[in-house]
Amino acid sequence: MDFSNENLGILFQWDGGVIYLTETMVSTWVVMGVLIVFALIVRIRLSSFKGVPTGFQNIVETLVETMSNFARTTMGEKLEGLGGYFFSVFAFILLSNYSGLVGLRPPTADLATTASLALTTFVLIHVMGIYHRRGQYFKKYLSPHPVFFLMNVVGEFSKPISLAFRLFGNILGGVIIIGLVYQMLPLALRFILPDVLHAYFDLFAGALQAFIFTILSMTFIQQQATSD
Amino acid sequence: MDPKAFVLGCSALGAGLATLSGLGSGLGQGIAAGQAAAAVGRQPEARGAIMSTMLVGAAVAETCSVYGLIIALILLMANPLVALL
Repeated sequence: MDFSNENLGILFQWDGGVIYLTETMVSTWVVMGVLIVFALIVRIRLSSFKGVPTGFQNIVETLVETMSNFARTTMGEKLEGLGGYFFSVFAFILLSNYSGLVGLRPPTADLATTASLALTTFVLIHVMGIYHRRGQYFKKYLSPHPVFFLMNVVGEFSKPISLAFRLFGNILGGVIIIGLVYQMLPLALRFILPDVLHAYFDLFAGALQAFIFTILSMTFIQQQATSD
Repeated sequence: MDPKAFVLGCSALGAGLATLSGLGSGLGQGIAAGQAAAAVGRQPEARGAIMSTMLVGAAVAETCSVYGLIIALILLMANPLVALL
């Protein structure tokens, strides 16, 4: 059975090569569409937000407050502005992991998506480190002793690699196991037995991996940007 | 012996061996759960914080077996060695 990313068509074609439209791209657009529609709904309702929140406003304010508090406790006062970015990362990864439940191929089951998210975290780690600690940032590579320099550099590269592969491996493993089980079962049983697998691999592992990605990114940034 | 068959056979063997990395993962997560259970026994009111810490630690320890899974998947599905023949 084929678990690779199928090419659904051709996007761009020129003399040298071709760019295909893949399943991952379609799933990413659907997830983006859902998030953008939610954001637009909040924006439209923003003008009618009252001082004492009720209903929909309550939900939105709870989400923003929870993420803001979480960012403040994990990263400290200086980096509290990154809470907004991490909320969008968390929402994107959560919805991407759950898109397997509606029949799409999760975009995070493709190494490209997780590698780009991890690359963004990598850039954030070092930009925040240089911005907040100037010269001290470079001295950190020579501690505890200059002979550790190469090891520290390799350690810095291992962080985004492990972030990308952790998310990719967990979600792709879930996709493969669930796909194989669906293939094995006769049509009548396909509505009942795989439910347990979906509950574990999609709901639980998906939410847990989104949370792990966010909290590890925050911890890495906090380690680099604040002096300890 | 047909070289392609040999390479594919050894790849399948390697893929099976790669799943042995689950050993370390299971051991580490079991130790984490045991320590979490002991901590809850000592202080039952901190159950929420202890459980989330345990889940975070277990998910990070899971990475070892995920690396093994990725090697096994690469060997079985996107085998680069056959192209070198």
